[in-house]
Amino acid sequence: MGMTVAQKILARACGLPSVAVGDVVEPAVDLAMSHENTALVINQFSEVFEGTGLAPTVWDPNRIAVIFDHRVPAESAKTATNQKKVREFVGRHRITKFHDVRGDSGGICHQVLAEEGYDRPGHVIVGADSHTTSHGALGALAFGVGATELASVWALGRAVNIQVPDTIKVVARGRFSESVTPKDLILHVIGLLTAEGANFKVIEFHGDAVTRMPMSGRLVLCNMSVEAGATSGIVPADAETVRYLREEAGVTDPLDLVQPDPDADYARIVEVDVSTLAPQIACPHTVDNVKGIAAVAGTKVHQIVIGSCTNGRLDDLEVASARLKGRKVAQGVRMLVFPASWKIYKEAMRLGFLATLIEAGAVVMNPGCGCCLGIHQGALGDGETALSTTNRNFKGRMGNPTADVYLCSPAVAAASAITGVITDPRQKD
Amino acid sequence: MAKVIYRAGDDVSTDTIYPGRFMATVLPSETPQFCFADDKAFNGALQKKAFEPGSVIIAGQNFGCGSSREQAASTLKGHGLIVIARGFARIFLQNSCNLGLRTIICPTIDAEVGDDLAISDTAVRNVTRGGDFPIIPLPPARQAIIDAGGLIAYTRRRLMER
Repeated sequence: MGMTVAQKILARACGLPSVAVGDVVEPAVDLAMSHENTALVINQFSEVFEGTGLAPTVWDPNRIAVIFDHRVPAESAKTATNQKKVREFVGRHRITKFHDVRGDSGGICHQVLAEEGYDRPGHVIVGADSHTTSHGALGALAFGVGATELASVWALGRAVNIQVPDTIKVVARGRFSESVTPKDLILHVIGLLTAEGANFKVIEFHGDAVTRMPMSGRLVLCNMSVEAGATSGIVPADAETVRYLREEAGVTDPLDLVQPDPDADYARIVEVDVSTLAPQIACPHTVDNVKGIAAVAGTKVHQIVIGSCTNGRLDDLEVASARLKGRKVAQGVRMLVFPASWKIYKEAMRLGFLATLIEAGAVVMNPGCGCCLGIHQGALGDGETALSTTNRNFKGRMGNPTADVYLCSPAVAAASAITGVITDPRQKD
Repeated sequence: MAKVIYRAGDDVSTDTIYPGRFMATVLPSETPQFCFADDKAFNGALQKKAFEPGSVIIAGQNFGCGSSREQAASTLKGHGLIVIARGFARIFLQNSCNLGLRTIICPTIDAEVGDDLAISDTAVRNVTRGGDFPIIPLPPARQAIIDAGGLIAYTRRRLMER
């Protein structure tokens, strides 16, 4: 029996000729990432060494990435103090892939890993963040873990007691119709699979719609795979992976474009014809509560959010800027824009996207997770409704358990900003 | 005997168990105060230590979905709670095993707040209403971590073996 991409990557990382679904393995980790929660990782890492007589030493400071993004700049003294502790630790342990709060580098961890060229196809990447699934867009096996598990990786350089997962194959064929995007595809797939349909499984993306998709769209697919419960989402590496890493991320070393075997065994195969898709909306309060836009069009919104590790990239800002050029955000609506990285922010500034958005009435924030997880920068009032390009709409997600969050593509968000109600972007204004 | 003190539905996310706005609080000794913080009545009762350690939260499918925040497991463990769910989200289950929060996968569990449960290795018995509900054993990879006393102890042992 052949192997899936996940099996092949795990076999290589374990030094084994093959692995079977259900095997318990200990893959060597190529990259271990964390953000502000590094404060907890450090605490757990120190506990591992207690009573051992060994000095706490990370296995490889060049394979650890620490990126501040969840609360930047710090929203409280507590966060600032946590960041200070992390900064000191990073300096002491000579961790090289560190992105502090500053405008000349950094941004949201998942964007930074991709654009800095830290991701590689075939690599095992673990991150103390559930959206670590994003890095499967570059052909890696990437999965989220808790802080203690990351501390264990820091100590051992391996992820211990990993059960080789089953894989669901999603085959997306056809061409997207106007104003329908990879975000609509992944929302549709999550609706089909349900919020736990891929729990303990990997999703491998195939089909000509994926082959043609630029890296920005692949990052959306893999980013949100976790919303179907997936351990990882993977787009097998191809010419677009090579183009992105060489031309945009500046990577020069050899790349291992891991492909699934033709006779790989999949737990399930899901086929989607993207040409028939309408814009999709995930309705409160679960990401799998997905409807075609017609079902919710006209719903009044108070806050529009464009940004996050899901949809804060340059093409997302371009779509929003094109729609809002010469128009205004509706009165009574707050439009918040969070570019996914400073690199994107600066490019969007150079191309005039940010000026257009600001002129229309949007508030452009610094790159970071922003209001996506309800910590700061854009909480919702009681009973308010947000329409957002982010990835989660759980009760309380944007800081208020009485508010509603709808998820959509940047095209839908921009069209709705003008009208103040959920609006089909295919409708001309 | 373990008493059911809370019933949660399907797809309860870590944003409900431990809302994001408290994420700057990370230490397991400090996280219990924000357990189910948006449910004022339940959080208040937990803070007043109204429940015995070993009390039970009953949940539906996909308990702990969403964010990988480990606070969601440490906040429940801090109150000495047991979670019996029809199913758990992967990262939450791993965090629970790593930290020693007792989680029981019981796909048919049926119980109400106030019920008394008898928990064996293979089944949960609802003593109040009757009925035995079989337990699905944790994956062996997770059980090994629990048997070692959690992931910190397991990692420490592995480090010393080198």
